[in-house]
Amino acid sequence: MTEVRFTVNGAAQCAEVEPRLTLADMLREECGLTGTHLGCEHGVCGACTVLMDGLPVRGCLVFGVQAEGADIRTVEGLAAPDGTLNVLQRAFQAQHGLQCGFCTPGFLMLATWMLEQPGGVDEARLRDVLASNLCRCTGYQNILAAVRAAAQEMGVWKG
Amino acid sequence: MNWVGRRLPRSEDPPLLRGEGRYVPDIAIGARVVRFLRSPVASGRITALRPPAEMPPGCLFVTGADLAEVQPIKPGLRRFNYRAVEQPVLPIERVHFVGQAIAAIVAPGAALAEDLLEACELDIAAEDPVIGFDAALAPDAALVHPIAPGNVAVEGELRPEAFAETLASAAHMVEFAFRSGRQSAMPLEGRGGVAEYDRATGRIRLSASAQMPHQLRTGIAQLLGMPEADLQVIAPDVGGGFGQKMALFPEYPVLVWLARKHRGRFAWVEDRNENLIASAHSRDQRHVLRAGFDAEGRLLALEADILADVGAFSVFPTTCAVEPLMALAEYPGPYKVPAYAVRTRGVLTHTCPMAPYRGVSRPVITFGIERVMDRAAAALGLAPDEIRRRNLHDVFPARSATGMVLDEASYIQALDEAVHILDIPAFRARQAAARAQGRYLGLGLSVFNERTGYGTPAFAARSMDVVPGYEVVDIAMLPSGEVEARIGSSPHGQGLRTTLSQIIADRLGLDPGHIRIIHGDTDRTPYGWGSFASRSLVIGGGACQVAADKLADKLRRGAARLLQCEPSDVTLRDGNAVAGAASMPIAELARLAHQRSELLSDAIGFNLAETGQYDPGGTFSNACHAAIVEVEAETGHVRVERYLVVEDAGRIINPMIADGQVQGGVAQGIANALFEEVIYAPDGTPLTGTLADYTPPTCAEIPEIEIHHLETISDATITGAKGLGEGGSIGAPAAIANAISDALSPFGVDVAEFPATPPRIRALVRGRAPRA
Ligand code: FES
Ligand code: FES
Repeated sequence: MTEVRFTVNGAAQCAEVEPRLTLADMLREECGLTGTHLGCEHGVCGACTVLMDGLPVRGCLVFGVQAEGADIRTVEGLAAPDGTLNVLQRAFQAQHGLQCGFCTPGFLMLATWMLEQPGGVDEARLRDVLASNLCRCTGYQNILAAVRAAAQEMGVWKG
Repeated sequence: MNWVGRRLPRSEDPPLLRGEGRYVPDIAIGARVVRFLRSPVASGRITALRPPAEMPPGCLFVTGADLAEVQPIKPGLRRFNYRAVEQPVLPIERVHFVGQAIAAIVAPGAALAEDLLEACELDIAAEDPVIGFDAALAPDAALVHPIAPGNVAVEGELRPEAFAETLASAAHMVEFAFRSGRQSAMPLEGRGGVAEYDRATGRIRLSASAQMPHQLRTGIAQLLGMPEADLQVIAPDVGGGFGQKMALFPEYPVLVWLARKHRGRFAWVEDRNENLIASAHSRDQRHVLRAGFDAEGRLLALEADILADVGAFSVFPTTCAVEPLMALAEYPGPYKVPAYAVRTRGVLTHTCPMAPYRGVSRPVITFGIERVMDRAAAALGLAPDEIRRRNLHDVFPARSATGMVLDEASYIQALDEAVHILDIPAFRARQAAARAQGRYLGLGLSVFNERTGYGTPAFAARSMDVVPGYEVVDIAMLPSGEVEARIGSSPHGQGLRTTLSQIIADRLGLDPGHIRIIHGDTDRTPYGWGSFASRSLVIGGGACQVAADKLADKLRRGAARLLQCEPSDVTLRDGNAVAGAASMPIAELARLAHQRSELLSDAIGFNLAETGQYDPGGTFSNACHAAIVEVEAETGHVRVERYLVVEDAGRIINPMIADGQVQGGVAQGIANALFEEVIYAPDGTPLTGTLADYTPPTCAEIPEIEIHHLETISDATITGAKGLGEGGSIGAPAAIANAISDALSPFGVDVAEFPATPPRIRALVRGRAPRA
């Protein structure tokens, strides 16, 4: 067992984990943050996407121990503490960007990262980045529409 | 205020968006971890099966021998030629496909369970497996199951008198032999369950990622010989199903058995590899069609020879007949045909069993008939839309070739609308200009109808032992005036909580926010069939409407008593019961009905609860899909440039959700047409066990999908709504294949196998020079 200290959504965390435990499993099982989902556990689907020190990572391809000292952001950190949805989450609801919701946390974190990058987002960039993740339900159109709408509302859309 | 027809945002969304959904893997945390030892060979005799030499404390090893009292899974069909293949929950003697669960390991944690799995001792005397139609149907083929001679598990045949003469008399004959690749529904969340023993009551609660919780409960209780009342099944948030999660998989009775025997909490969450090789597949079919047309392009006779690979077992409750019999029943879709002869066979092989998947056989039959229409059009010198127009049913109600009633629909109007939107002459000019530059564009049409919302009569005709169909809804108004509706349907992404609340809101004059839909819990919902077959909005929605109307009557009777008028004078709207100038809040009426019953009980009794039931015969929605593709002849790459859907699903309850269903269905259909295929090696080893080998499309491959709605209201359903959950998947493979074929027409080749992957397209054009 190895001790790992890191922050999740701004709160300090400490976990005792086996070195082979993935970051996604550590977040789910040790931190109780079950919003991060596992769709393949081999790096393809992106359902497990979280932000680690400002970059999107596949939570299933990173070991928990690699998070030592890292700043992690997960889907649970997006809404306000009272549950009020943020711009991106609201756009997903308004544009029907989710059906079963299983892929949704991964897409939300990926899009959160993209929208925070300097330089803004255009159509090509939108498709290019969101093609990292799989959704089986929506056919993607409304996910793209939701992120586009959020980018517009945030003033970073360069359509 | 009318709520039906509005793009109401989904009430399901906020918790899912906050990461607060509760899926099975979330409920599994802290339970004892179950992992299954799976067969590495396709066929053989188990000669040794032993636990790891060292089993740490708290660990268990469970084999078929431990489950001696548990009955095998044996789905029934009352047909003389159905071979009722049994599947032992865990086999003792033989294995039948790679991935079949043989034993279970239980450990306190996942990593230890997986370590132990690798240390189990398993020896299987491997035998040559039966893989593929040719091997299975060879005269000297080994039998997958001795009770199924010739490896045929189910068979069906229709042949009207003098069929051969009618076919022979046709001016033009089109023959088309084609193959549909095996596909996986691949919900993003795999299967999984958590079974928990409640020491206070002795009951088991099974939370499972399932589409039919009540069937799972009944089925498991029967297998285990336990009191059904001791089992509660919950379908919590479910991460997609598409048919795959209808089945009673063997892993679930093992979990319940463990929880009962060891009085604890046991969880199994499959990984993607298990999902791809051992859950359920679909669509592995081969059809040979012979279609006779008259000189004007009218279809006179159609003969179909259908083979459907059903894998090694039959799934409960739908049975392995679901694909072969659906294909038999529904050719030739929306087209008139005076004479139809068909033979269909469900063929057993040493591969993963088949379950229904979005569209069931209809993506395959639509591919078949739509390719035939294009081939016939080319032979007769007709435009693809014109030959369809000449053959589509246009007088309703019509009878299909197999006697199904086709209710009011818009087959020709949908086609005309699509043709109008597409501007085909402009496309042909663009296509010609592109060809001159060595670029190959093509346009493909796909017209189909989709049988949806069919109740008990339709399923009874299939002679299943378990006949699904009806839905029951229990509705009650609480003293606060809020409404609870308990439904037997079991949504898993379709947004039923929202759409059903819209239907009920209109009937009761309430805001949908005051209506709770309760589902997916056998303790809290009436017995029902779950969500599949594009049925829930039609049948569950119909039952909601019936229940709400009865409740509305009761409310009107109560209000009439208090407002001193006739019930027929009362209308319910905007939260009030109104009679002329007098009115009262419905919430106040609800409070009085419960807490001052002496004022009302002789008019309405002692509750505001009603039950609605609905069991329709079925209704056909319809659509015309059109795809424009560009094919790169050298690489075989296909780019979908445009995708159009003109869809008629009757009354649309929530256009936003309806479009989402169409978009998601089309994406799966495009995946079926171009990208996804489950592949087995000749020795029965699955070669597509990861998402790097089995390749669902991303947003880079799926185009914008343009959707136009027609709204033909038939009297086949009480809400006017027809189902549309599967149509997207049904239409897309044909539209894409026809578009590719149109693009490649200068090479004199067309598509007869899907998915039309780059290697297959390169093989088609190899060695051929395009005609100018
Ligand atoms: S679960 Fe990590 S990429 Fe699929
Ligand atoms: S909403 Fe179901 S996988 Fe994306």
